[in-house]
Formats: sequence, C-alpha cells, structure tokens
Amino acid sequence: MLELKDIVFDVTEDDGSTKRIIDGVSLKLDENKFYVVTGPNGGGKSTLARIIMGIEKPTSGQILLDGVDITDKSITERAKMGISFALQQPVRFKGIKVHDLINIASGKDLGTGEACEYLSAVGLCARDYIEREVNSSLSGGELKRIEIATVLARGTKLSVFDEPEAGIDLWSFQNLIHIFETMREEIKGTILIISHQERILNIADEIIMIADGKITKIGKKEDMMLDIIGATLEGGICGRMNVEEGGAR
Amino acid sequence: MAELSQAQKDLLETIAGLTCMPGGAFNIRANGGLAERQVTEHINITSKTDKPGIDIHIAPETKGETCYIPVVMDESGMTDVVYNDFYIGDGADVTIVAGCGIHNCGGEDSQHDGIHRFFVGKGAHVKYVENHYGSGDGMGKRILNPVTEVYQDEDSSVEMEMVQIKGVDSTIRTTKSELAKGAKLVVRERLMTHGEQHAESVYLTELNGDGSSADVVSRSVARDNSYQKYTSRIVGKAECSGHTECDAILMDNARVLAVPELDAACLDAQLVHEAAIGKIAGDQLIKLMTLGLTPEEAEEQIINGFLA
Repeated sequence: MLELKDIVFDVTEDDGSTKRIIDGVSLKLDENKFYVVTGPNGGGKSTLARIIMGIEKPTSGQILLDGVDITDKSITERAKMGISFALQQPVRFKGIKVHDLINIASGKDLGTGEACEYLSAVGLCARDYIEREVNSSLSGGELKRIEIATVLARGTKLSVFDEPEAGIDLWSFQNLIHIFETMREEIKGTILIISHQERILNIADEIIMIADGKITKIGKKEDMMLDIIGATLEGGICGRMNVEEGGAR
Repeated sequence: MAELSQAQKDLLETIAGLTCMPGGAFNIRANGGLAERQVTEHINITSKTDKPGIDIHIAPETKGETCYIPVVMDESGMTDVVYNDFYIGDGADVTIVAGCGIHNCGGEDSQHDGIHRFFVGKGAHVKYVENHYGSGDGMGKRILNPVTEVYQDEDSSVEMEMVQIKGVDSTIRTTKSELAKGAKLVVRERLMTHGEQHAESVYLTELNGDGSSADVVSRSVARDNSYQKYTSRIVGKAECSGHTECDAILMDNARVLAVPELDAACLDAQLVHEAAIGKIAGDQLIKLMTLGLTPEEAEEQIINGFLA
C-alpha cells in the first residue's frame, strides 16, 4: 500500500557541506501489517517517518500510496489520503481542548461519549480529560496518549508513530505497550512504529533495521537477533528500563 | 427595540448577546443618550444629574440577577463620555454585562469613553463582562478609552472578562483595583488587533488586605501592522498573592510590548509574573495539518482556541 522508491534526503550543514541523512531507501509496506522501524540513534528513522507524512521533502526519490505518487503532496493532502502521524514530541495548544483535537482528528463533531471512547482506548480516564486544554498542565505521558488517541480517531489506512516511548516515564510506558499490543490484535490498516523498545519489536510482523540512512535488514525478530544485538551494543536499542532515552530525529 | 437602528441592534447582539430586551435590569445608551431602561426590585438605575452617566444600586444579598448596560453608537464624528457608578450591596451575587459597539461609516472619528467605578460590598461577588467591538467601513476611527475602578471590600470577589476581538482602531483600557482583606480579583482579557490598530491595556492592582489575591491574565493576538501594549502592575501591601500573565501570538508585522510590574511592599506578599510573546509554533501547524486541516484552517483553529 505504501512504496518508497530510492528515497534520498540531504541536509546542508552550518559549514555549507551536505550531509546525507537518508541514502537510497526503497521499501514496500503491505496492507494491515504491523511494522517496526529500529536501529541506532541518528540512523535516519524519524526522518524517514517525517518524509512519509510530508513534513520533510526528499531530495530525490518517489513515494507511492496505493499506486498514487504522493511525493509532491502536502501534509494536509497526505492526511486526507489516509496517512496519520503521531509526533515524537506531542504539541501543546493553549485553549484547544482534548475534545476539540479529537473532533478535528475524526473530522466530525463527536458527542462526549464517542470522543471518550478514544481516550479510554489509550488508558485515560476519559471524563477527567475530555474538557481539559492540551496545555502544559498535562504530563508527557498524558500528552503521548492523547496524541495516540488522535491517530486512533482518524482511523486511516496508514498510521505512523515516531518513537511513542520517547520522553515518558516507566509507568506510562507499561500502559503504552499495552495500547500497541491491543492495536496489534485489533489491527485496522497498516501500522509503522519507529521504536527502540524490545517489547514493541516483539509484536511486529516485520522489523526494518535502519543505520546510516540505509535499510540494513528487514525480517522477523527471530531472524534479526544478531542485528538487534549489534545495534544494542552501539547504544541504539534500549532495554525496558531506559525508557527516558529518546532518539534523535 | 423600535427606537434603535438596525446597526445599533446588530451591535447590541454582538457586544451583549441581546436580540430583544432582557428580562432583568438594563440601561441601553445609544448615540450619547438613553434609549431604554428597566429596573427591578433589587437593582435600581438612576441618571446622574451633574454629568452624563448612571448610578446602579444593587441591594444587599441580591442573588443571580444580571444587569445589562451596553452602549451603542452609529453616528460618525461623535465623542461620548459617560460616568457609571456601581454600588454592589453586601453579600450580593450578580452579573453585569457592559460593553460598547461603534459602527462608523463616516469620515470622522467616533469615540466612547466609559468611566466605571465599582464599590463592591463585603462578601459580594460580581461577574463583569465587557465586550468592545467596532464595525463600519468609514475612514473615521472607532476609539474606545474605558477606565474602570474597582474598590473591593472584605471577602468580596470580582471576575472581569475584558474582550476586544474586532474593529476597534484605538483603545487605551485602564483598570485600577484596590482589594481589602480576603478579597479576590480575577481578570481575563482577550484581545485581537488587526490592520493599523493600536491597543493599550493598563492594569493597576493594589492588594491592601491580608488574604487578598489577584490573577490578571491577558491573551492576545496581534496581526497585520497592529500594536499592543500590556502593562500590569500588582502592588502587594499585605500578606497576599498576585499573579499576572501576558500571552501573545504575534503575526505579520505586528508588535507587542508586555510590561509586567511587581511591587512587593510586605514580606508576606507573594507575587508572580509571566509573559510570553511569539509566533504560532511550526509544530502546532504541522500537528493540525497531519489531522487534515489546511495551513489556513490550522492557523484559525489555533487562534480561535487561544482566544476562546
């Protein structure tokens, strides 16, 4: 359903030199599968996710969604075509309530009961949160779950999560894993998660390993143990206890 | 509302939400004169004899009544100054809806300066809503320079909603408050300026009694070439707590100056100020675009939420 063809992404450094972040990535994602992209920090994982959503434009290459070339489509157009994205650092909005955000995500005015269902699905006691502002009164873990709830409310054919575990506490992390395990069981559409976490790797249909801007291997976890151990030794994959560690974009 | 023009009726609906005469006490001023007035058993309104304006007397223990005192103007070139004094009896709990709307289609400036004084009795609670609005496509400016003085007796509380969203070319809004023991003041200002507009807000709050508190917060959006200045000075003369905050979204070529001032004149005064001015964060726009909004829709959503 999503195809990346020879994607290259370069950035210009302060000294004027060019640095290649993504180096010729080609990838095909199938419908209704659960993918996890992992690999060492700074390897280009988050950049690839942002290129899929249209937040970053590739230097060269092509992106196809169900056979349609979306390389030059805007974020809004891609969202309307069926791509959702959960940001690594959820955004705060003064004055915008959780209910407003879920309404925008779903594209309609949901009643309180219906909007609350999405919050309950991410483990939040819905009635305590639905009328709260998405502002600094919410903790990182709460924001993360609300971010995921907006993706659930969209219900699109492709959902991309950029390091959902980054910046949240251990307690919230345990709940987060449960959310993705539930999503895995009730999968509707294709899910692509950028993650370092072993428990998220465990539930993937396929793991995509990215290092130095290239895909180094694609396969099931059991087939990739040596690669994962290698990345772990390089500090790229975290054990369960090191959940505060977020990756670079 | 037979004696009001259509433009005046439209202004009345915008600033006070009135589409017909309200049930309780009200005093509607149009083009510098009295249009209509109604009093109730507990709320009496009388015209001043020495200068333009009214005295509003609210009886002690009056509960749940709303008093409307809107001003509408649609005559170009008019300057209207009005002095309104509110005497809120002990233990009363009332809502006062004020505000001014100016429709100016002419070439001359139209100006309204409302000088309001509130004497709030012991234990009384007042919710005061003031909405300013301008309309009309004339070259003449729409100018509003309100002055509000609030004298709060012991254990009283005042909530003020000060709103100016559209159409006022020039305004200097001055609000002075003095709080006695146990009194509480909450101010929420919402302001949007556009075009070449100029808006100044000055809040001077004196916390004179032990246990008094003030929370003065402004949220504003400055667009185009407009200019805003926000000054909030809290003086703590007793064991008290004060907080003031200015939060502004800056757009286009607009300019915002925030001047928070704290003056602690007592060891037990706890005073805090915050000010944040900046453009809409790129991540906020991106987030809403990933939910399917266009950049323009995302910007509108952020501004509407911010000023809601």
